[in-house]
Amino acid sequence: MKILIVDDFSTMRRIIKNLLRDLGFTNTQEADDGSSALPLLKSSDFDFLVTDWNMPGMTGIELLKAVRADEKLQSLPVLMVTAEAKREQIIEAAQAGVNGYVVKPFTAQALKEKIEKIFERVDG
Amino acid sequence: MSTSDNSRADNPMMAQARELLTQLESGNSVDAMQTISSLHFQRDQFLYQEVGKLTRSLHTAIRNFDIDTADDNAAAKDMSKMSDASDRLNYVIEKTENAANKTMDLVEDTIPISSDLGDQARSLKSEWTKLMNKQMKPDEFRALTKQMDSFLDLAAGETSKIDQNLSNILLAQDFQDLTGQVIKRVITLVKDVESNLVELVRMAGTVDHIAGIQHEEEEATIANPEEDAVGAEGPIINAEERDDVVTSQDDVDDLLSSLGF
Repeated sequence: MKILIVDDFSTMRRIIKNLLRDLGFTNTQEADDGSSALPLLKSSDFDFLVTDWNMPGMTGIELLKAVRADEKLQSLPVLMVTAEAKREQIIEAAQAGVNGYVVKPFTAQALKEKIEKIFERVDG
Repeated sequence: MSTSDNSRADNPMMAQARELLTQLESGNSVDAMQTISSLHFQRDQFLYQEVGKLTRSLHTAIRNFDIDTADDNAAAKDMSKMSDASDRLNYVIEKTENAANKTMDLVEDTIPISSDLGDQARSLKSEWTKLMNKQMKPDEFRALTKQMDSFLDLAAGETSKIDQNLSNILLAQDFQDLTGQVIKRVITLVKDVESNLVELVRMAGTVDHIAGIQHEEEEATIANPEEDAVGAEGPIINAEERDDVVTSQDDVDDLLSSLGF
C-alpha cells in the first residue's frame, strides 16, 4: 500500500505519516501542494491519497478534481484532512468525489476510522 | 493669528470673510483677491496640518511597535532585529515548527524504547507464569534469572532515557511564552493601525467638509472577495457563532451521510 501525503506544513505531514505508520502503512511519500503532488501521482502507482485543502499553488480541492478527471487516477481513494469546515466546502468535496473528510484538529482514532471505512468500501 | 489651534481656525477666517465682504462692497477688487488667496492659503495650511498630524500618529504607531531591546537576553535580541509584523509572524511559524519537530523527534525516539520494554516484560511474564505454576526445569530457571537480571538493568537505564525525553518534550513547549509575546505585539499594532485608520476616515470627513467635497455613494458596488466561489478560509475560530460551518467530525459525518455517503 503506497500512500501520498499532501500538506504545505511539514509538521502536519509528519504527524499524518506517523499515524499512518502506527496503522501499519509504512510506504508513504510527501508533497507540499497539489502541483507537486499531481506529477508524482501520475508517474507512480499510489494506492491512496491524503490531502489538505488550503495550500499555496494548487489547492487540495483542485487536486481532487484533477485526480477525478484523470483516466488513470480517477478511482484513486482520496481522504481530505483539512481545517476547512464550511458546509458548502464539505458538500463541494463530496460532489467532487472525495472518499473521506476529516476536519483538523483530528484524533488518531478519527483518521483510523475514516481510512478503514474507505478501504472497506473500496475492497467490498 | 494662532496657527497651532486648528479647531479655532475658522475664527480668523470669519474675520477675513467679513473683510472680504467689506472690500467687495467698497469695490476694492485688488484687496478682495488678496483676501481670497489668503483664505485659500489658510485652508491649505489647515489641511496640511491635519494630514501631518495623521502621518505623525501613524509613524508613532509603527515606531512603537519596536520591541524594547533593553533586556539583553538572546531571545529579545533576536526579536529586536525584526522590524515588521510579517517578520514577527514568520518568527512565530518558525518557533512553533521547531518545537513541533523537536517534540516529534523525542516521541519517535521514545516509542521504540517503551515498545521494547513492553515486549521484554511480556516475554518475562510468560516465563514467570511457568515458574509460579512449578512447570519450570532447572536450566530454564537459570535462563530466567539471567533474563530477569538483564531486564532490570535495561528497565533502569531505559526509563531514565524516557524521563529525559519527556522533560525535553516539556522544555520544547517554551515557544509558547515567546510566540505569545510576539502575537500580542502584533495584535497591538493591528489595533493601533485600526484606530489610526478610523481617525483617518474621520479626518477625511473633516477635510471633505472643509473643502466642500461631496462623494457619490459607491460602497454598494464594492464586491466582497470572501463571497465569490468556495474559497479556503483556514481554521474557523468562531464556529459556535456561525451556522455555515461544522463544529466537529460528527457534524462532518452527519452531513456526508445526509448526502448519501
